[in-house]
Amino acid sequence: MNMIVTPASPATPNGTTRPQVRIVIVGHVDHGKSTLVGRLLHETGSLPDGKLEMLKAVSARRGMPFEWSFLLDALQTERDQGITIDTTQIRFRTNSRDIVLIDAPGHAEFLRNMITGASQADGAVLIIDALEGVRDQTRRHGYLLHLLGVKQVAVVVNKMDRVDFSAERFKDISDEISAHLQGLGVKPTAVIPISARDGDGVAERTDRIGWYKGPTVVEALDRLEPARPLEALALRLPVQAIYKFDDRRIVAGRIESGSLIAGDEIVIMPAGKIARIKTVESWPVTPVAGRQGAGRSVGITLDRELFIERGDIIAHTDAAPRETRRLRARIFWLHDKPLAKGDQLLVRCGPKESRATVVAIEKAVDPGELSSTENKAIGRNHVGEIDISLSNPIATDPYTENPRTGRLVIEVSGRIAGGGLVLSVDAGQRAVPVDIVPVESALRPDERSARYRHNGAVVWLTGLPASGKSTLAKALERRLFTNGGSPILLDGDTLRAGLNSDLGFSAADRSENIRRLAEVATHLARNGHIAIVAAVSPAREDRATARRIADTAFREIHVATPAGVCEERDPKGHYKKARAGALASFTGIGNDYETPQAAELVIDTSARTVAEAADEIEQMLKTTGVLFDEVVDLAANI
Amino acid sequence: MDHLDQLEAQSIYIFREAFGRLKKIALLWSLGKDSNVMIWLARKAFFGRLPFPALHVDTGKKFPEMYRFRDYYGKEWDLDLRVEPCPPIDAVDPTLPPAARSAARKTEGLKMALGKYGFDGLIAGIRRDEEATRAKERVFSPRGLEGNWDVRDQPPEFWDHFNASPPQGAHLRIHPILHWTEADIWAYTKRENIPIIPLYLAKDGKRYRSLGDQDITNPVASTASNIDEILIELEQTKVPERAGRALDHETEDAFERLRVAGYL
Repeated sequence: MNMIVTPASPATPNGTTRPQVRIVIVGHVDHGKSTLVGRLLHETGSLPDGKLEMLKAVSARRGMPFEWSFLLDALQTERDQGITIDTTQIRFRTNSRDIVLIDAPGHAEFLRNMITGASQADGAVLIIDALEGVRDQTRRHGYLLHLLGVKQVAVVVNKMDRVDFSAERFKDISDEISAHLQGLGVKPTAVIPISARDGDGVAERTDRIGWYKGPTVVEALDRLEPARPLEALALRLPVQAIYKFDDRRIVAGRIESGSLIAGDEIVIMPAGKIARIKTVESWPVTPVAGRQGAGRSVGITLDRELFIERGDIIAHTDAAPRETRRLRARIFWLHDKPLAKGDQLLVRCGPKESRATVVAIEKAVDPGELSSTENKAIGRNHVGEIDISLSNPIATDPYTENPRTGRLVIEVSGRIAGGGLVLSVDAGQRAVPVDIVPVESALRPDERSARYRHNGAVVWLTGLPASGKSTLAKALERRLFTNGGSPILLDGDTLRAGLNSDLGFSAADRSENIRRLAEVATHLARNGHIAIVAAVSPAREDRATARRIADTAFREIHVATPAGVCEERDPKGHYKKARAGALASFTGIGNDYETPQAAELVIDTSARTVAEAADEIEQMLKTTGVLFDEVVDLAANI
Repeated sequence: MDHLDQLEAQSIYIFREAFGRLKKIALLWSLGKDSNVMIWLARKAFFGRLPFPALHVDTGKKFPEMYRFRDYYGKEWDLDLRVEPCPPIDAVDPTLPPAARSAARKTEGLKMALGKYGFDGLIAGIRRDEEATRAKERVFSPRGLEGNWDVRDQPPEFWDHFNASPPQGAHLRIHPILHWTEADIWAYTKRENIPIIPLYLAKDGKRYRSLGDQDITNPVASTASNIDEILIELEQTKVPERAGRALDHETEDAFERLRVAGYL
């Protein structure tokens, strides 16, 4: 739209001398965003000649009353439905600013468009209907402004004409929204009562709002500051590409913060390699002298040949970002499918991308709701804090230290699905669960559970040698299989013959043995099978590790057959050998078995038959949600 | 950094992202002021060269000055120039109004070129301030298999993270100067001394603000005979840039229909 000009403004080329400020207008659907923008254009004399008359004529022809929002809603569908679908940008001028006004949709369905618009803004106007008050999208937008890093927020309470310009009503809303925003760390620059339709409070303090002494909307816009310079922060030059078009090897990227100059000693993160900047290359004139600051897209050459790749970060040696495989982030989620623990993602920090796994989800809430109930997964348009494990190390900063490098986006199937701020960086911590992100199964867990009539689980049988773990495990396996399930037996001794043949019986090897068992069992459980593990697993800490790996799928059964009975049974002759001193590190005759304290089930096989014990296990698996109840055949009762 | 430096740095960033993340791209060179600035910016991004083809989808109805400009600067700038013809008018949707139908030939020509070369990204010089529906564009804008634009399902785009994975067989439009204004283009053209087609400068009280096909583009009244005067004129005018483009004014939604179908 060409609505650039006010006649009063000085004749300078657009934006070369006057500060440009980008402002997004957000708020609940129908609270009057587009109307305010239309009114602002009118009040500042920014409408092209004849535009207003043309729109009035179009409205009349279409049999609709004229709305200011028609100026903004560019698409036929937007005008037909009276709803903004995607952001629009309009330019106009106030006395001291060139303003780019971004009108963002308020409808929940188009939150991704609101975010697209708001992320480009230096400041925001949050609009609230005086009659309806603070609504869910108001709160959600407020929260997202905070997450997007938009610090300057002016609040306007619109449609004051609908509440008879009541100062009390205004104060109630003002208090409520101020409290909400301040809770997020955002202090509104102004709260302004207006009627966008009639013009009160937009450019003029009319008599009807005579009780209001603060700035008008135009005055508030005039006071917003352009984006803060980032040059004062430490140098961060994320590498976009390495070009070898000729004999120069140019490392290209945009300086996100700080500044650089030829001769600087730099470090390339996360590898930590050190070099010196030889030249700053450009075109048509090259090389360029002088310091290059934040915001510049540059190309540099180095004094030595180093392996550098896209996504590396160039910093000064004394203020380098941290290398990590693990981060905590506060994110907003835009994807239809909620984000859950264990999900595989692609994370982008600047040009760097890494596959990643969600290790934990905390504080998943809908920021639109007043009573924020916490969820296990982050739903569409909701926010939460997540721990991410990255398959490649990346260099990053917490956003409190660097607002540019301390943010990330999440991609699912090649499409941006969310984004957020890096809260903290766990330097050097090893990736969990694995470095290599495996290919996902073609089958969904619920497809398998529908067939097997059970969820995936790790049934962990622990107890002394000869306590009856293997016997019970086999009985359980047979029973689950007979019922159509998919049990898989993982016997400690059997796995020691193959997968774990490199391990002995030292404490460290035993821990590793258990960890491997737990990993294999968890993989099976995640794919819908019931992994039955029979392993002495004497150390409490090792079993705790197994539970941590398998998490909610873990069901511990302590096979608590008395030691005397076990030794008497001794089917493998181990006790005898150990007594004879021929079997070192044998659990059973010492006191090295650490009894579980919170097992899901305790079974003494000396006091019941195998079938009875299997019954008990089956019952426990039912009550803890692994096995589904019998299908009730209603027809049988008729 | 001044305003133009900021615009330039942002455009360079976008060019480098497009070149790095897509497999086979081309720049759409319409010969106008915007696409000449684009070529200049691309040469800045890639240190003097354009490392991908410049595609001119030729309606055959441009002004002679434009063809002369193309042939001269195609060589001067060492461009990998590909000129692709458009189909005859009969091949175009007959329900469109006449000028829009004429413009839609270009969309058809574009589709043919896409099919011929298999580009997964096309760099186009549209700007948000030109026209209301263009204001809603993304920097990386996915097009469907038919080259169509689905404005109701645009992916989110923020913090300069662009969706660079078009579905199989579809492509992306990349808009490196989306955030520029008409005045920015002229101020930068002057600062960088970028060559222009003389039709933009006033002759006999008229000049072209926007150059399209001869039969559907009209000059506007103007006395601006150099870029400084154009900048002063832009400060004062309330006439939209595309006022001389017939297709914008035929029906309320003609331009939107064209864009949804894949027009720039």
